[in-house]
Amino acid sequence: MLQLQQLDKRYPTGDLALKNVSLNVASGEVLGLIGPSGAGKSTLIRCVNRLVQPTAGHIVLDGQDLGQLGSSGLRQARRHIGMIFQEYALVERLTVMENLLSGRLGYTGFWASWFRRFDAQDIDQAYVLLDRVGLSGMENKRADALSGGQRQRVGIARALMQSPKLLLVDEPTASLDPKTSRQIMRLILELCQERGLAAIVNIHDVVLATEFLPRIVGLRAGSVVFDGTAAQVDHDVLTRIYGDEDWTAITQRMQATAHLAAERSEKNLNLAAA
Amino acid sequence: MSAAVKLGDKRPLQTWSPPSFIATQRARWALYAGALIYLVLAIGSVQVNWSRVVLGLERGWAFVLGFLYPDFSSRWGDILLGFQESLTMTVTSTVLGVFLSIPVAVGASRNLAPTWIYLLCRGFIALSRTLNEIIVAIFLVAMFGFGPFAGFLTLTFATVGFMAKLMAEDIEEIQASQLEALRATGASYLQVLDFAVLSQVMPRLLGLSLYRLDINFRESAVIGIVGAGGIGATLNTAMDRYEFDSAAAILWVIIVIVMLAELVSGRLRKYTQ
Repeated sequence: MLQLQQLDKRYPTGDLALKNVSLNVASGEVLGLIGPSGAGKSTLIRCVNRLVQPTAGHIVLDGQDLGQLGSSGLRQARRHIGMIFQEYALVERLTVMENLLSGRLGYTGFWASWFRRFDAQDIDQAYVLLDRVGLSGMENKRADALSGGQRQRVGIARALMQSPKLLLVDEPTASLDPKTSRQIMRLILELCQERGLAAIVNIHDVVLATEFLPRIVGLRAGSVVFDGTAAQVDHDVLTRIYGDEDWTAITQRMQATAHLAAERSEKNLNLAAA
Repeated sequence: MSAAVKLGDKRPLQTWSPPSFIATQRARWALYAGALIYLVLAIGSVQVNWSRVVLGLERGWAFVLGFLYPDFSSRWGDILLGFQESLTMTVTSTVLGVFLSIPVAVGASRNLAPTWIYLLCRGFIALSRTLNEIIVAIFLVAMFGFGPFAGFLTLTFATVGFMAKLMAEDIEEIQASQLEALRATGASYLQVLDFAVLSQVMPRLLGLSLYRLDINFRESAVIGIVGAGGIGATLNTAMDRYEFDSAAAILWVIIVIVMLAELVSGRLRKYTQ
C-alpha cells in the first residue's frame, strides 16, 4: 500500500538524515521503527506526509506519488494519513471536541470551521471515538486540563477522525509512564486491527516495540540496517542498530515477554475454541 | 590532569570571580574616566537662566492651584465635544488598527511567512514605529486638514505597527508541534491559522488590544495639540489662554478615564486567560 523508494533527505545544514531508504508497508500492516536518537526516525515518518520535504526518492501511497503533488493535492492526500505525536501536539486552549473535530478540517470549509459548525456525522463520529478511547463525557474539557495519557488518547482519536488509511505514530509513549505507555500501545494496536489500518510506529523502547509490533525496522545513521520480525531481534541485531553494548538484560526481557505473549494468545485461542 | 586533586588535600583554595565584561583593566578604567569627564562637561554646558526659572515656578504654582480647583463649568461644552471626538477617534482607530494588524503580524512571523513577505511586513512595522505619532499627525493634518480624521488615521497607523510587532513576536513563539499537527490533518492555511495560531495567541491579542485602547486615548490628547482634533485641541486652547483651571479640569477627566480603562481592561484580561 505504501512504498518508499530510495528516499534521501539532506537538511540545509548539510546533514544527511536519510540515505537511500526503501520500505514497503502492506495494507493493515503495523511496523515498528527503532533506532538510536538522531538516526532519522522522525525525519522518515515526516517524509511520508511531507511535513519534511525529501531531497530525493518517491513516496507512493496507493499508487499515487505524494512527492509530485502540489499544495492542494498534498492537502487532500494528507487527509488519509493520520498522525500521532510524542508530545500529543493538541491545541491546548481548545476543547477536547474541537481537537477531535480538527481531524476533519481537510473535509470542512473555512467558514464552517471558523464558526465550529461541523458536519453532524463528524460530530457523532467524534462522540463514538471519544467513547472508544475511554474519554466519554470529556468533550467540553480543555485539552490542557487533561493528564498525559488522556491527552494521548485525544491525539489518537483526532488521528482516527480523519478516517485514515495509514497512521504515522511518532514516539507515542516517550512522555508517558510505563503503565500508561502499555495501555496506549495496546489501544493503538487494537484500533489498527479493528479498522485494518497500516501504521508506522517510531519507538525508543525496544522491549515495548518487540512485544507489540510484529514487524521491526531498524534505522541507523539514516539507513535501514534491519527489517524483520520482532522474534528475529536479538543481540546481533541490536548491536547492528545501536552499536556495541551488553544487550543481555534487554534480550532476556524480550524473550520473557515473547513467552508471555505466546501464552496469552494460546489462551485466547483456547477460549475461542471452547 | 587534575584527576589527582581531591577534596581533602592540603593545598591552597582555588578562587573564582565572574569574568569582567571588559577584560583589560586599563581599558575599563579609561572608559569609566571618559564617561565621568563627559558627564561633568555636559552638565557644565547647560545654560540656566535663573530669573526665567523663578517666573516658571510662579506659573507652575498657578497651575498647581488651578489643578486643585479645576473649573469644569466655564468650558464644559468644549470639554464634552473634545472628549466625544477623542473617544470616537480612539475606538475606531483601535478597532481598525487591530483588524489590519493581524495579517501584518502573520506576515511578519518567520515561522509562517515566506522571506519576501516577512521582510515587507517587518519593513512596514519598522516604518510605523520609527515615526512618532506627533510627526505622523503633523503630516496627516497637513494632508487632510485640521480635525479628528487626521487623528484617526494617525492612531490607526500607529496601532498597526505596535500590534503587528508584538503579535508577531508572540506568533513566533507558539508551539510548532501544534502547527505540524494541524498541517498533517490536511487543513488549509487559514484553518491552520485559526486552530493552531489564533487559539494560542488569543489571550495576548485581547490583552494588547485593550492596552492599545488605553494608549490611543492618551495619544489622542497629545496629537490634538498639533491639530488632529479631540480633547488635545481643547487642552491646547485652554493652555494658550492661560486658563489653567479649565486645563486642569481636562486633565482630571483624562486621568479618570484612563484609570477606568485600566481597571476594565485588567478585569477583561484576567477573564480571558
